Amino acid sequence: MRSLNAAKPKDALSNSNLLFLIAAVIFVLMYGFAILRYPGSFLQFQTFFDLFSLNAPLIILTLGMSIVMIGGGIDISVGAVTGLVTMACAVLLESGMGSVWGAILLALGIGIAFGLLQGYLIAYLEIQPFIITLAGLFLANGLLTTIHKDPINVTMPDFVSLRDFKIVIPWLGTENRLGNFIPCEIKPGAVVVVVLVVLLAALMKWSRFGRNVYAIGGNSQSAMMLGINVKRTIFYTYLLSGLLSGIAGFVFIMTTGAGNVGNAAGFELKAIAASIIGGTLLNGGVGNLLGSPIGALTLLIINELIRAAGVQSNFQAIVSGLLLYLFIVLQSVVMSLRGRRKFRIALPPWLQPPWLQGKKKAENQG
Amino acid sequence: MRRLKAQVSHLFLPLSVLVLLIVINLIKGADYFSITVVNGALYGNIPNILFGASELVILSIGMTLVTASSQGQDISVDVAATITSSVFVLFVLNAGNATLLTIVAGFLVSCVAGLVIGAFNGTLVSVFKVQPMVATLILFTGGRSIAFMIDGKLSPILANDISNQIGTVIPGVPIQTPIILTAVFIALVAVLLKTTNLRLYTESVGINPSAARLNGIDPKKIIFLTFLIMGVCTAVAGFIAVNKAGRHDSVNLLKLLMMDAILAVAIGGNALSGGKFSITGSIIGAYTIEVLNRTLLRLEVGTETIKAFKAVFIIILMVVASPVVREYATKALSWVRARADSGTVPETDAPDAVAVSNPDTPAKKEV
Repeated sequence: MRSLNAAKPKDALSNSNLLFLIAAVIFVLMYGFAILRYPGSFLQFQTFFDLFSLNAPLIILTLGMSIVMIGGGIDISVGAVTGLVTMACAVLLESGMGSVWGAILLALGIGIAFGLLQGYLIAYLEIQPFIITLAGLFLANGLLTTIHKDPINVTMPDFVSLRDFKIVIPWLGTENRLGNFIPCEIKPGAVVVVVLVVLLAALMKWSRFGRNVYAIGGNSQSAMMLGINVKRTIFYTYLLSGLLSGIAGFVFIMTTGAGNVGNAAGFELKAIAASIIGGTLLNGGVGNLLGSPIGALTLLIINELIRAAGVQSNFQAIVSGLLLYLFIVLQSVVMSLRGRRKFRIALPPWLQPPWLQGKKKAENQG
Repeated sequence: MRRLKAQVSHLFLPLSVLVLLIVINLIKGADYFSITVVNGALYGNIPNILFGASELVILSIGMTLVTASSQGQDISVDVAATITSSVFVLFVLNAGNATLLTIVAGFLVSCVAGLVIGAFNGTLVSVFKVQPMVATLILFTGGRSIAFMIDGKLSPILANDISNQIGTVIPGVPIQTPIILTAVFIALVAVLLKTTNLRLYTESVGINPSAARLNGIDPKKIIFLTFLIMGVCTAVAGFIAVNKAGRHDSVNLLKLLMMDAILAVAIGGNALSGGKFSITGSIIGAYTIEVLNRTLLRLEVGTETIKAFKAVFIIILMVVASPVVREYATKALSWVRARADSGTVPETDAPDAVAVSNPDTPAKKEV
């Protein structure tokens, strides 16, 4: 990043980073507010870890969605595919024939199958992604209800032990009212999330594939003229998104332990909202994978805050809509002010991120 | 003549799908077109399809305009229709005796609510330059709760003769009222597009907003206007839906109909990335979706698998309509023609329409 800025000091802070910064600041502010308002619950580490543990599937889906959105597409089938995976795994595990490893393979297989199908149709046959992934949503939903309609609770011993498995952090925890020390616990899903975030953020930032995705999202014509294989890259983004839906599905059933028709319903729009709050633009070319989990966590904290405030459930939806409105308008205003070059981040030098300091030096030299 | 030909080739895909579906229906049972008269009104498959698709048709008209101008889709249409209809129900229930006047006044009030919703979405899209799908995500998130709060309780009942007649049949008129309302609305839109510059302006904004601005068309105004029209469409659709149902179910009214509306726009041969549009195509697309739903029911596909079949059908349809496949088809056709011209097979010159119908054959086989 720094070398790029040295050559072009005017755009020191790229749009991706600016939006990421906004998302991160909003997240910190929200969490700070939550701590001030409800110190009893939000000050505990366990609450923070629970955000990861319980919402791991959504964060994983958001990662896949962000990659597709950076490439200029959209994938609205992710929630339904996740639901299908949970049900398929539950049926397989309950039938007594499959093992946990078999379920993992099945989950990945379903995800990859959907990714392959949608990616091929969108990239090589040039069909509009919205329609194809909408069809994917219908297909996954239809298959889900065809496989099984009633909720199943998985009782297979191997799986139950995996479901109840927790990583205990003995040195971090809180004391309850009786004075007993309760160590923090993390579900394996949270570990999966962290690993995926690191892997995918590195992939998008430093690999050739990641840079190609950004280039294609920015302008696919130019990308093609630069010699990037546009079709194959787009194909891979959908494949990756499908694979991540499969992983999310397994993490989902690992957390809840039950297959249900309503599993992960509506996650696709939540994932889109989280990606947007995290600073990814639907137009493509702009986004930061580190922003996606932050966007998802912001969305979840909003929900937690509203729940903690004890507002009526109908207000919850309205308030989260309003907050979404605020974020969207804020992003838009910041972007447009930036476009007019009236907007500068006024931070003291010691607070400035290194790339901005690099810009200062460049200006001084100039 | 050439223009007519261009239009027809544009509508070829939705029309051929419609014909294909009807053929499937006729194979299933020859009495598909039979119409019976019950209490002086016409009933049968065709009237039922027209009746069932009325909201979808109206919403897809608005969706076509929004898609054409703003290069994105409005995913809050079903929610917006729920809110406008809740305003309508609130007005009618509070007005005391339901007369024709109160119903019309309630409809106008709900249109105002639709305009407000359209203005909200339109401002976000045109002034704040938010992508339409994101801007309408806000209302999608909170809209049904707003409708519930306007209602004040779960599903208030709209029990009066006039709204019952609007939802079903007016005595003495052989056609169900929603069909008439839809036809009137389509006619109004047609007049609007014929008499004003709306089509030209919308298409130019959709194709290139900056170029439109340089030519003196304000893209902001046009996008805002299309969202206002969308608001009126949602008000009309909500009006019809709530009168059909007889009660206002804020949770399930028209649920997820926006997906079908977007699908109708796409089946109608419109690009979802904006620009040129064909309202006729969208209307045919909307009816096609309704026919598809009813065909699957008629073929006795289980309710749980219906969605999967629908998805497979959509995928096949989009593959057939995809630019790559079309290109191959035209190439194949020109090869056939070249061979025919060289004199080996003295066949009659294949008309242009066959070029597009060639790729349709796999669809027929698989369905």
